[in-house]
Amino acid sequence: MQGLSRRDALATIGGAGLGVTLAGHAQAQASAGALLNVSYDATREFYRDVNGAFAAAWKTRTGQDVTIRQSHGGSGAQARSVIDGLEADVVSLALAYDIDQIASRGLLAPNWQSRLPQNSSPYTSTIVFLVRKGNPKQIRDWGDLTRPGVQVITPNPKTSGGARWNFLAAYGYGYRKGGDTAARKFVAELYSRTPVLDTGARGATNTFARRGLGDVLLAWENEAFLSIADAGPGRFEIVTPSVSILAEPAVAVVDKVVDRHGTRALAEAYLRFLYTDEGQALAAKHYLRPRSAKAIAPYRDRLPRMPLFTIDNFGGWAKAQKTFFADGGVFDQIYKPG
Amino acid sequence: MRTVEPLPVRSAGAVALIALGLGWLALVVVLPLAVVFTEALRRGAGAALAALSQPDALAAVRMTLLVAAISVPLNTVFGVAAAWAVAKFRFRGKGLLVTLIDLPFSMSPVVSGLVWVLLFGANGWFGPMLQASGVKIVFAVPGLVLATVLVTLPFVARELIPLMQEQGVDEEAAAVTLGADGWTVFRRVTLPNIRWGLLYGVLLCNARAMGEFGAVSVVSGHVRGLTETLPLHVEALYNDYDTVGAFAVASLLAGLALVTLAAKTALERRDAHPGGA
Repeated sequence: MQGLSRRDALATIGGAGLGVTLAGHAQAQASAGALLNVSYDATREFYRDVNGAFAAAWKTRTGQDVTIRQSHGGSGAQARSVIDGLEADVVSLALAYDIDQIASRGLLAPNWQSRLPQNSSPYTSTIVFLVRKGNPKQIRDWGDLTRPGVQVITPNPKTSGGARWNFLAAYGYGYRKGGDTAARKFVAELYSRTPVLDTGARGATNTFARRGLGDVLLAWENEAFLSIADAGPGRFEIVTPSVSILAEPAVAVVDKVVDRHGTRALAEAYLRFLYTDEGQALAAKHYLRPRSAKAIAPYRDRLPRMPLFTIDNFGGWAKAQKTFFADGGVFDQIYKPG
Repeated sequence: MRTVEPLPVRSAGAVALIALGLGWLALVVVLPLAVVFTEALRRGAGAALAALSQPDALAAVRMTLLVAAISVPLNTVFGVAAAWAVAKFRFRGKGLLVTLIDLPFSMSPVVSGLVWVLLFGANGWFGPMLQASGVKIVFAVPGLVLATVLVTLPFVARELIPLMQEQGVDEEAAAVTLGADGWTVFRRVTLPNIRWGLLYGVLLCNARAMGEFGAVSVVSGHVRGLTETLPLHVEALYNDYDTVGAFAVASLLAGLALVTLAAKTALERRDAHPGGA
């Protein structure tokens, strides 16, 4: 924080003593060209690059310096923080449902998803398997996950966006085999093989990659590539299942916050940047699947075409959330901790 | 203070017990501490220093110092006042006051953070009022301070109460009969008597204020370079796959703890030899 002046400190001391404090911090920063992007776990590296590139582009266009701050965590938990007052100018979360939650508290317009192209989802991803070197348990597809002796690592769908995509991908596989009955049986089997449910995707990745727990990690495709990059070559392998889900992370400007900060133009330009050639190329570089065919072409070897069903197969997020993840929903019915 | 000479070690059982104690200490204290410094230096001192001089790391250092600089004096004033009241006076509700002072010790830090979100968050009791007036508490410096103040509230008071009770009120009573007013009694009689205990309490309070994780994590919002303290920054770096950075910042925290420990030991030495003070 550049602006931790003595005046701020004194204001805070006085404020803390009285139980209130002077505002002005966020506002002062906003007028100097600053945004806060509240995002989920698996986008840390991607947005670090995006922020640098956007700041340069914005400087060329307007001559104005801009600082973009990041906050990362489990998608559901991040949405909760924004609802509780974390002043995000833009949110970039793991699934549209989490932004719907913020919209339902009146922080942004209910039609937010139609304000940007492609359902406000500038890049997509999917769910793949990360296994240990040489694939010792011979895991090739979803069916292999429920073989005896296989332990599965996935985060908690109650708090993690990635975990909800994982759950739905598994359910979709089961559904294709034999409708809802088979699907429920399959996910019940699968979640009986999870020794631990972390709160976020990055926590689950650490559990699998660093703590060495489990035989297979259900992971965002980009997260799987990142952990291979982090661990160095020859420790993990990615297994692409026969079918998976098209995970559509979503982005939105938080109306109430940008209007208060006076940052709407900047925030909208920032999100539009994600759709430009430069933004799309950065997405592909960070193993996300860009929407633009031109941007994905050079990366086709590592982001292969695969059969993907979508959230619409589950009737959209509102319905899926209610059916599967709400209290007493399918997940609560099939999951028995311990 | 009467000192008791320890008994010399004679039996094999005693030796085994000491070895067990030392072995346990090595396992649960020395080993983790060694890991922190080793991991930080895995890619050389240059890499560790580079990690510490990142703008976000420096911001976290400043934030930690700021939060401690506000919380520790507040709790020192409160702790001295509370201990003075509890130890030197009789009044109704004293038991309740002592219980309240102890409460933060038995509360989970997560609760100590969450209460502020429930009070001052956008949907909290005072949320709408604060938002209308543009005042920010949670996800900003005041929230971090409030969470830290709550967690570290008992340290100074808890250190002073037994000490002041042991000292009794004789010296104060004598001062009063000689015509000293309340402030003079406190400044000239009570304060000199408790100074080492007070310093010790302040040190412990400061160590906890700088190291607190759970409560500040709830109210922080985790904005890089803005609302992250050192412990939160360690977690963020670890989750960024930046192991060297995470452990470099962790060793800075461990270094602060070691300085505190050295200061505490020095104080105890002074305390044990009052003639040297």
